[in-house]
Amino acid sequence: MSLVEATDLNVRFASGRVHAVRDASLRLEPGRCLALVGESGSGKSALARSLLGLAGPTAMVTAGGLRIAGQDAQGFGPREWRRVRGRHIGLVSQDALVALDPLRPIGAEITESLLAHRTVPRSAARERVVGLLTRVGVPEPEERARQYVHQLSGGLRQRALIASAIAAEPGILIADEPTTALDAAVQARVLALLNELKEQGTGLLLISHDLAVVEALADEVAVMRHGVIVETGPTDRVLDDPRHAYTKELLAAVPGSRPRAVREPVDAGEAPLLTVTGVVKRFGGRTAVAGVDFTLRPGETLGLVGESGSGKTTLARVVLGLARPDEGTVLLDGDPWSGVPERARRTRRHTIQLVPQDPLSAVDPRWPVSRIVGEALAATGVPRAERAGRTVVLLERVGLTADLLDRRPAALSGGQRQRVAIARALAPKPRLLVCDEPVSALDVSVQAQVLDLLRRLQEELGLATLFISHDLAVVREVCDRVMVMKDGVVVESGPVEDVFAGPVHPYTKSLLDAVPRRARTAREPAQERL
Amino acid sequence: MRGVLTRLVSAALVVWAAATCAFLVLQLIPGDPVYAIVGSDALVSEEQHERIRAEFGLDQPLVVQYLNYVARLATFRFGDSYQLQQPVATVLADQLWPTVQLALAATALAPLLAVLVAVATSGRRNWPRRVAAAVELVVVSTPSFWLGIMLLTIFSFRLGWLPVSEAGGVASLVLPTITLALPIAAVLTQVMREGLLAALDQPFAVTARARGVPETAVRYRHALRHSALPALTMAGWFTGTLLGGAVIVENVFARPGIGRITLQAVGDRDLPVVQGVVALSAVVFVAVSVLVDVLYAVVDPRLRRTTGVQAI
Repeated sequence: MSLVEATDLNVRFASGRVHAVRDASLRLEPGRCLALVGESGSGKSALARSLLGLAGPTAMVTAGGLRIAGQDAQGFGPREWRRVRGRHIGLVSQDALVALDPLRPIGAEITESLLAHRTVPRSAARERVVGLLTRVGVPEPEERARQYVHQLSGGLRQRALIASAIAAEPGILIADEPTTALDAAVQARVLALLNELKEQGTGLLLISHDLAVVEALADEVAVMRHGVIVETGPTDRVLDDPRHAYTKELLAAVPGSRPRAVREPVDAGEAPLLTVTGVVKRFGGRTAVAGVDFTLRPGETLGLVGESGSGKTTLARVVLGLARPDEGTVLLDGDPWSGVPERARRTRRHTIQLVPQDPLSAVDPRWPVSRIVGEALAATGVPRAERAGRTVVLLERVGLTADLLDRRPAALSGGQRQRVAIARALAPKPRLLVCDEPVSALDVSVQAQVLDLLRRLQEELGLATLFISHDLAVVREVCDRVMVMKDGVVVESGPVEDVFAGPVHPYTKSLLDAVPRRARTAREPAQERL
Repeated sequence: MRGVLTRLVSAALVVWAAATCAFLVLQLIPGDPVYAIVGSDALVSEEQHERIRAEFGLDQPLVVQYLNYVARLATFRFGDSYQLQQPVATVLADQLWPTVQLALAATALAPLLAVLVAVATSGRRNWPRRVAAAVELVVVSTPSFWLGIMLLTIFSFRLGWLPVSEAGGVASLVLPTITLALPIAAVLTQVMREGLLAALDQPFAVTARARGVPETAVRYRHALRHSALPALTMAGWFTGTLLGGAVIVENVFARPGIGRITLQAVGDRDLPVVQGVVALSAVVFVAVSVLVDVLYAVVDPRLRRTTGVQAI
């Protein structure tokens, strides 16, 4: 018997002007996982939320039929919905740091789920919380229950969130991008936990834009686009033999599924643009970077891989000249770059530019595109009269048109914003780009486009790039060499093909193992042949 | 330990700065302080005049007067009131309790009103919010003396429910407290409602709703605490309003207290009393800001590490 059965479900917002979900039908069954796949704005979250009666105060939900746990949900009032939420359908959203109340201990959050449905008497709640935390694999559960979200690591947080969602033993769990904010290895462990819950009989509705995650968990896939489910079927069938053009497009955009750029090898004899020697950076008693050496030649792309907290971003800040290394030196084009007064650096700052992770927070939200790019031009002394023309040239170079000049960042799509950020980085004619997770906030198809753009720019302009990412597939696609960082130390480095085909360090191996299967086989054709 | 020391030093600096400002401002008031001491109508001979000047140190250069003043302040001797012929410390101590009563009552009432109204008007329907916002605007823009007079007119003169003025007794505290608390509550409500609405849009509110928690509980249990943070930042303004409000309320309702003494002292150019009141207010401000820092850490566990306050 299906626990949730929706037929021809429609969700409209803003008095019907926005039609977020059109005639969607789905069934959720115990022990089975249905994945909703699609890009941001495709309506997957609206569809999932409408099953909880939480599509929002302005949403109008209509359906041919909507049955939840044997009841007709179309007549549900607030009281009936409350009985469904948490008890029959639980919700795990992305990023537990904000999805759990930061001002309350996680134990209180889990207790709330328990008491909301009086499934457990108050006196037994504490014990149940410990039991739930143990079940989701949180070590030292008594102690953790008293801690707050910010005191827990990303993986533990997500586990705590899952514990609070399954506390009242719902038959269905909606997992909305449950691993998006997590590192590869942590992601793999959280996926294993969800898989375990599924095997114990919980039905899952998985929402994800990451096909690797979908493959690891889902029995069935529904592909959504513009509010319409365009294709459904068993996971293997949909991923191996996509029928709808959009599904094919999505699969083709997955990083790693595309051929690697074949490029002229960088001339090893050329003088390095950037030389980092023995760099150490400490914060208080903690060593963020513990002795890193590397060089970067003009036109070369170096990938920097590691989990959060491994020191990648600190190293990037040292390279950008924003943090002073405690030991070691950085040379830019043969001249000292670290440990010199800012005055001596300022005239050379244009040489290195940053492409940020989240362009929305890295630009002034009140400025139009023309001003965002114009400021970077002004900083390098381009006269006012020439700025407008140069801005248009830069926008065209990153694949945007002049009609976006007056738009503000909020009125741009994620991909357009990242292109504007790249245009701004290119404005001072840099020779080295530092890209800090440049595509991790983007949908796969947009990701592919931005990666293409970065590759094209490297070739056209001969840019050297330090490319920081936790996504191994992305690194493999764009980088010549890769460095793997752990606890502030580079544990492995070398040409991308060598490191990915035959990782030597156990940590690199564990990172590669954590990548779900299909992505891995696509990424390692050499191994597949063996 | 170092944190406590920094705090004490900065507290001393604040009190010193406030006292210096008060000293300078009072020098700007035209007129001879001798007349304030003897009473403006009294006739004093040149000789008596000089004697009084010497007695109160007013013949010294301004810098010496200032240094004497700071020295007295540092040793908690504020001197004698010109008018009342009593030590300032005694004057303030006598008048402190009625004002503290009033301030505490208003401090209890204003946040309570604010929480109730903010929670009640942060729901999905728009009209309660609009009505409340309009009422808040009216209350904030109403001068509190007028508010006090209106309350007196209605509840004491017309309805006779409450006494017009009578020190002591809870009944006499009701109208002054309301007069003092209403404008504060109105501003706090606006801040808290903004905070509540922002918190209710956060992902953790969705998570809580998805657990089957009733909407009111989501607001009380989760959002309210988040809205307390922006409200806490207004504590300085809150304290200032209480002290300033006490001046007006005590005069309108003819209550004894610091506010009334202050107004009288300023009118009579009773400098030692004014200086004492300024020093007292500065100490209150410093104490409140310490308290607020502690409350921040109580409300938001993320701030505990940096302030060194232990989890409660």
